[in-house]
Amino acid sequence: MPGLVHVTTTINGNQADFLCEPRQSLLECLRDVVGMTGAKEGCNDGNCGACTVNLDGRIVCSCLVLGVEAQGAEVNTIEGVASAEGLHPIQQAFLENAALQCGICTPGFIVAAKALLDEEPDADEARIRHWLAGNLCRCTGYDKIVRAVLDAGERMRAG
Amino acid sequence: MRAIDYQAPTSLSEAVSIMAANGDRARPLAGGTDVLVQLRGGRREADVVVDTKKIPELNTLNLGDNGLQLGAAVPCYKIYGDSAVAAAYPGLIDAASMIGSIQIQGRATVGGNLCNAAPSGDTIPPVITLGGEAHINGPNGWRTMPAEDFCTGPGRNALQDGELLVAIQLPAPAANSGTAYLRFIPRNEMDIAVAGVSSTVTLDASGQTIQSARIALASVGPTPILATAAGDSLAGKAVSDEAIEEAGRLASEAATPITDMRGTIRQRHHLVAVLTRRTLNIAIRRARGEE
Amino acid sequence: MTTANQVLSEVEYDVVGKRPVRPDGVDKVTGRAQYGADLNLTGLLHGRVLRSPHAHARIKSVDVSKAEALPGVRAVVTAADLPFASLSKDELGNDYNRFKFLSDNFLASNKALYRGHAIAAVAADNAHVAEAALALIDVDYEVLEPVIDVRAAMQDGAPLLHDDLVHTSAMGEVSEKPSNVASYMKFEKGDNAAGFAAADVIVEREFTTASVHQGYIEPHNATAHWRADGQINVWCSTQGAFVVRNITADVLRVDVSEVRITPMEIGGGFGGKVAFYLEPVTALLSRKAGAPVKVLMGRTEVFEGSGPAPGSWMRVKMGASRAGKITAAEIELAFEAGAYPGSPVMQGATCAFACYELGNGAVEGYDVVVNKPKTAAYRAPGSPQAAFGVEQVVDELCQQLGVDPVEFRLNNAVKEGSRKVEGPVFQKIGLVECLEAARNHDHYRTPLSGPNQGRGVASGFWMNRGFHSSVNITVNPDGTVNLIEGSVDIGGSRASIAQQAAETLGIAYEDIKPQVVDTDSIGFTMVTGGSRTTFATGWAAILAAEDVKTQTVERAASIWEVPADEVEYDSGVIRHKSEELSFTFKDLARQLYTTGGGITGTASLDPTGEGNSFGVHVVDVEVDPDTGKTEILRYTAIQDAGKAVHPSYVEGQIQGGAVQGIGWALNEEYYFGDNGQMMNSSFLDYRMPTSLDLPMIDTVIVEVANPGHPYGVRGVGEVPIVPPLAAIANAVEQATGKRMTNLPITPGSVLEAEWNGG
Repeated sequence: MPGLVHVTTTINGNQADFLCEPRQSLLECLRDVVGMTGAKEGCNDGNCGACTVNLDGRIVCSCLVLGVEAQGAEVNTIEGVASAEGLHPIQQAFLENAALQCGICTPGFIVAAKALLDEEPDADEARIRHWLAGNLCRCTGYDKIVRAVLDAGERMRAG
Repeated sequence: MRAIDYQAPTSLSEAVSIMAANGDRARPLAGGTDVLVQLRGGRREADVVVDTKKIPELNTLNLGDNGLQLGAAVPCYKIYGDSAVAAAYPGLIDAASMIGSIQIQGRATVGGNLCNAAPSGDTIPPVITLGGEAHINGPNGWRTMPAEDFCTGPGRNALQDGELLVAIQLPAPAANSGTAYLRFIPRNEMDIAVAGVSSTVTLDASGQTIQSARIALASVGPTPILATAAGDSLAGKAVSDEAIEEAGRLASEAATPITDMRGTIRQRHHLVAVLTRRTLNIAIRRARGEE
Repeated sequence: MTTANQVLSEVEYDVVGKRPVRPDGVDKVTGRAQYGADLNLTGLLHGRVLRSPHAHARIKSVDVSKAEALPGVRAVVTAADLPFASLSKDELGNDYNRFKFLSDNFLASNKALYRGHAIAAVAADNAHVAEAALALIDVDYEVLEPVIDVRAAMQDGAPLLHDDLVHTSAMGEVSEKPSNVASYMKFEKGDNAAGFAAADVIVEREFTTASVHQGYIEPHNATAHWRADGQINVWCSTQGAFVVRNITADVLRVDVSEVRITPMEIGGGFGGKVAFYLEPVTALLSRKAGAPVKVLMGRTEVFEGSGPAPGSWMRVKMGASRAGKITAAEIELAFEAGAYPGSPVMQGATCAFACYELGNGAVEGYDVVVNKPKTAAYRAPGSPQAAFGVEQVVDELCQQLGVDPVEFRLNNAVKEGSRKVEGPVFQKIGLVECLEAARNHDHYRTPLSGPNQGRGVASGFWMNRGFHSSVNITVNPDGTVNLIEGSVDIGGSRASIAQQAAETLGIAYEDIKPQVVDTDSIGFTMVTGGSRTTFATGWAAILAAEDVKTQTVERAASIWEVPADEVEYDSGVIRHKSEELSFTFKDLARQLYTTGGGITGTASLDPTGEGNSFGVHVVDVEVDPDTGKTEILRYTAIQDAGKAVHPSYVEGQIQGGAVQGIGWALNEEYYFGDNGQMMNSSFLDYRMPTSLDLPMIDTVIVEVANPGHPYGVRGVGEVPIVPPLAAIANAVEQATGKRMTNLPITPGSVLEAEWNGG
């Protein structure tokens, strides 16, 4: 029986060390070991996007990454999107556009949308719909989410 | 999920020796988007997963005179994010940019898609029609095989215990050639192909006559299928709706689908003909430089 | 206001009708909101549930000894640990079947009735050990033939799920031999035979719909601690904390006061979290282990072991005169109850013709058990299935009569005073206004733009619900108030309830601090469901606010030493009739604790007068003739909200419900293998709509005030899922010429229709 592995990684800009079993996913490690429960488990097989985190600059489903694969990596989660100065424009846009109902998918959508708008703040509706196709929402029908991301892009372009 | 050991070798030789030492209890890990789900669901078992992402040979993405050397652990986003590769192999890009979600494409690899050997693997048909070869290393050294021989059954591939798929070599695209891949899915993303078709055509300099063509199919048999007769039927023919129609008919004949939750036998035969026509038309336009 | 989302208001208020940010919003966009799975407790153990791999099997024995022996395993429970196991038929008397069905669905005793049926549960140091232990539980099954189709289950000789299930007919006759038909109902009005005789056109068709799942993204979860002193504390994802409390107490045979339910934030429910699966089992694990236990379902378990909406079969027959009036209508519905009785066939029956003024009508319904999970509520339970049949038959009548489908519906629309087939008479309702809004909408007036396109229209109905709600409002010294409620907030109801309190008190929305609390901390409150929360809990908030107002008036009177009837409360100001004396609400709040103490307003009520809700949807589709795939090009949903308290969340309900309906229409279904196993129990293969499958969903909120609510509110959450199924089928028919009578309308089924010349 393999023992625990010591993983050193960076989470939201801060060095983080944790011990995990090799079979534990990054999602499990974040939630159960590190205690960051912002990323959610909706399916555990990469088909809902609720567990989306940013790993070395790419969004990934953290349920499809082993915790041990985060060794030396930079992980950015929903917990790191807002700063001491306040909410990120995407978060503000989600609130003001009523882009969430139950809120369980919201962290994944925000992390995914941020990765898009950081690169392409002028992403249009079609691009946003394509980019977010890996994030399921059952409450909103996506309309207000897409509008919120369009709005956030506008806010980010305005700086 | 059963307990596993995790190894992340930094050299090919180290990786091969770990693989060899563990035989069929070792499972290579690239993007992990298939294998972790399978291990979790008990559909595959392993004592050790061997992370291949730190091995230089599996991370190459070299476009040169001899074509593309595509390391087996290179994720999809890097492939379509490389503008030169994207310009040279749009048919590969069709597939690499439709696997799963943006999240999945951040991890999933063409090499993993091949090794997973799902009949529905979207990148496999274009790799086959582009004339791809699998470069394999193992305890007995290197060997190479055509991509169309790599998958041997649903979820089964040609690798022996201890062997690793290191890279996929795609030859340089011939002049006046084009490739396209399309799949049919009920949703617009996030789905498994009901049927998929890749077509590669090489035209003469006038762009009016097909010199050669290769057509490969996904999700309509136990493995991806190279529809040889369908492709050969086009060789030497002028581009025409009739010739394309006939190729679609032959491709459909080459399919050996089953009825399951994703589609019926008749639907899949029908879709192969439809997708063959559509991909041939796109491939021809690409060969002519029209798109 | 954009043209994409219109609100046709009758009355304007200060706070009601505005779009403030929700109080729980910041926590939900920063990942800090606490959902059930996020909970951690000292010494928490992790549980998993063993589920039947067979759709129908007798359980001959369950041996848990190997699982118990696995290091790290702390408790294993089976049905033998439930009180039901030690209660005799005599003790339970008439309650026997009800209690057996209830208890058995938590943990099966003698039979597994669906694949995914819970058999045993394990608590261990971590979830991986618990999972490993499940594999060590030996269950000896005698596999039986399953029956998963409602019509097959109704046949003589069908495999019987329950040996002793006999049904009572509408005429009060008890059937002689056991069957899978759990109940039968029939309602009639007028003389249908005469009505059909008078009809110039008659359309009769049969329809089927597949089992579909509510599809909430958060799996079911429960954490329980059965404390050493006997107190059972449970934290879970539920639409109704008090109902979980009652069920848990019932199944465990303890008093309700011994169970405290803390509802965590809920990650979607749509009716599916009005059903319960884990709470008593988790409590039993905790008692055995002597520690708190958290049990999470995985996605496959959610599909296989929790609530689908029923698959159904229907026969619909309607006749109309050349003048465009419906002369007779009948529907026969058979709904799958799942493993235990209790499908929403009654609701389906009562919704079926609710949009139409009928002189003659008949509805018949059968509740039928099959080897599928016990069906659970799903947004307007029963109504979408019925509308799928009725609204297509209406469409066909329109085609045969050559009349516009909106005009025909207007010509036959129910209004105030219309009597439904089963008896009730409508109060003031807004179907006509919705239909007029559809007719006038840019969408309906814009022609289709190309070949293979079609436009469909359908109406939908939901009666809405009242039921119990309780609210306490405590005034803080800074003039804000704490609003304590028992309604789980599933989509912004903290905001819509706070708005009603703010409007009533005449203070700022931001000064209301709503909190959803546990079952020990507020009076009984029914589930968040049935489109009742903004209506009923909102009303409780209004009454609690009125109570606060009365007390502030009395306090001001006592401070001023004037009679209370000389003091009035006006828009947040307490004023003596002389107009020389006045307090703002904040002024008075500051003085409360030096002038007699704090003020708490309280209200518990069980309101009737819930206004019925109607919706009309218009959809444009394009069907690829080569692949049979349907693309939604444009979608407009129109609905009477009475008064939209928070229009953004009303639009959200309409859009979300419409998209669930789109999924139900086009792709979603439980696909079963030969042995009754669900083959597509993942989000990959169940195929709910993604953002890329949809256009924007345009909305029109029509406001025909509900006379039964102080602000005219009608429930809005249910009805938007009702019209899409038929609206899309009608559009596909126009695009292809094929009438699709079976759901889902998959690409394959469209091709089949083409090939079969259907």
